[in-house]
Amino acid sequence: MIVLEKRPQPSKAWSYATPLVAVLATMVFGGVLFAILGKNPVEAIGTIFWEPLFGEFSFYYRPQLLVKGAPLVLIAIGLSLGFRAGIWNIGAEGQYIMGAIFGAGAGLAFYPLDAWYIFPIMVIAGAFGGWLWAMIPAILKVRFGTNEILVSLMLVYVAEQMLASVSLGLLKNPEGFGFPGSRNLQSYESAHNAELIAGSGMHWGVVAALIAVIFAYVLLNRHMLGFHIRLTGEAPRAAKFAGVNPARLILFCLGLSGALAGLAGMFEVSGPSGVVSIDFNVGYGFTAIIVAFLGRLHPVGILLAGFLMALTYIGGEIAQSQLGLPAAAIQVFQGMLLFFLLAFDLLTNYRIRAARSEVA
Amino acid sequence: MDLGEINPVLLVASLMVAATPLLLAAIGELVVEKAGVLNLGVEGMMIVGAISGFAISVETGSPWLGFIAAAVGGAVLSLLFVLLTQVALANQVASGLALTLFGLGFSALMGQSYVGVKPPDMGEIHIPVISDIPVIGPILFQHDPILYVGIALTTAVWATLKYSRVGLILRAVGENHDAAHALGYKVIKIRIMAILFGGACAGLGGAYISLIRVPQWTEGMTAGVGWIALALVVFASWKPWRALLGAYLFGGITVLQLNLQAAGVAIPVEYLAMSPYIITILVLVILSADKSSAPASLGRTFHASH
Repeated sequence: MIVLEKRPQPSKAWSYATPLVAVLATMVFGGVLFAILGKNPVEAIGTIFWEPLFGEFSFYYRPQLLVKGAPLVLIAIGLSLGFRAGIWNIGAEGQYIMGAIFGAGAGLAFYPLDAWYIFPIMVIAGAFGGWLWAMIPAILKVRFGTNEILVSLMLVYVAEQMLASVSLGLLKNPEGFGFPGSRNLQSYESAHNAELIAGSGMHWGVVAALIAVIFAYVLLNRHMLGFHIRLTGEAPRAAKFAGVNPARLILFCLGLSGALAGLAGMFEVSGPSGVVSIDFNVGYGFTAIIVAFLGRLHPVGILLAGFLMALTYIGGEIAQSQLGLPAAAIQVFQGMLLFFLLAFDLLTNYRIRAARSEVA
Repeated sequence: MDLGEINPVLLVASLMVAATPLLLAAIGELVVEKAGVLNLGVEGMMIVGAISGFAISVETGSPWLGFIAAAVGGAVLSLLFVLLTQVALANQVASGLALTLFGLGFSALMGQSYVGVKPPDMGEIHIPVISDIPVIGPILFQHDPILYVGIALTTAVWATLKYSRVGLILRAVGENHDAAHALGYKVIKIRIMAILFGGACAGLGGAYISLIRVPQWTEGMTAGVGWIALALVVFASWKPWRALLGAYLFGGITVLQLNLQAAGVAIPVEYLAMSPYIITILVLVILSADKSSAPASLGRTFHASH
């Protein structure tokens, strides 16, 4: 008979090891999945994890890692702060869309003016759009006690409809021959989030993601507010006695995660994507949830997890074109990763023991 | 714009069809939450049910086998939730999200070869005499069998929770798992049964969308119905009949906005399409003041130390 014994303290060693074990287990079971789909599992796994980094065309794929990783890290950092305190913003996808709409809208309002201040205004507008969208669940939660999980998620669907509405109406390119979608911001220099070093993939979103990682690290380790976030998550009763103001924490965590998701959307629309269109969003807001957990809700961990997740995106695309692996298989692969992570986390909090069965 | 084209009898009849997937999923989740477990994976279980039901009924030509497969599919996915939350004692919110993310990907993978295929028709029940009554007949007595299964299930869940010993034990586990454990009830075992039931119901709800409501398969076709079902359980204050009422209310809104789109009302299509989600939020706001009826152990992990 096997029994679980709760550890007095979560195991440090296991808390570092579980993400690695989860990745390995995902590779094994992902390989089985690919084999069922009729692909050579070793080749498929190799393509996903090796090709983008060291393959023949890695000079093209390596910059893509930054392009795909930056929005994931930016969003996940925001989400992780809330998750630590038990505040569940799962509507980052919607905040990402609103950030893109606000950011692009601000830029296009100046078209065709050429000025240095346009891009900074777009950055502020993008963050504001995401913040505004996240404030809806935050204020409803504080004022009425409404469940933030459901509200933030419902707002994703509302944001998707907004996106459809503006790409067919308000932001539609007047010179676009009636096709849906906005003007391409890549060809509007003042609003273009161009690569800082040509060919490196390094754009302002990557810089913002790195700043967010450092900011979150300092906040959590050196700041009272960060301490309150950790305290609320780990010992809610103690937090109450310590005088933590839950309303302030909810507004801060949701607002910040919204603003960061909005920034991610804005950097994406003004850079790699360039256009506000109906299918602009690709699910970064949801994948970032996996990134946040895989990174153990720790800023440095999230940086690494974002990198890994970007790798599966790009590797998945390569496997799609080279091996004909379906795109959905990668989605399943990413979902599996979260599963194994949550499952193996058991070892962090509990000790597994063989025990004699006895009658109580 | 011609509002006169909207036929009120057809509107109410299609309202019941639109409400059924919501009702099935919500009733299942209601039982799960009554047992003290919060499974946020309803959307994932629904979409997996939708594709399993669709695939099996296309392959076998029998919608009934399809619905059975959908229930099994939903329950199998919920088994993963069982493993995470009841065996590995993981956080229920995170596990539910994992279930949804995984389910959406998995269903897309399974459904690749079923895009554009037409499923077999289930047909409608025609009871002589009563289904021929004007107005009431088409509204109430000319539907597919699963719609009545949904109503029967609501009745059964209500009666079981309220009058039977099983229902009492289930509620005890949801209200205070430590006390239930001390009384000798198998908390984990009861919760596992409830989660599997919820998974099967969500699967049925999903298959109702892909086999009857739409009927065809497209990726991500549940489009948030699972999440609305979760909101519906809160709306219903964990009472089965209120869940039925709520499902019809939301079904009504969905059907009405579709009819208004078709009638060409001056409101842009996108604003009509977002209305069910906005109304869900509004309803949540109005009802969230009263939390007293929520099961007291909802979302808490149980681990027997003795």
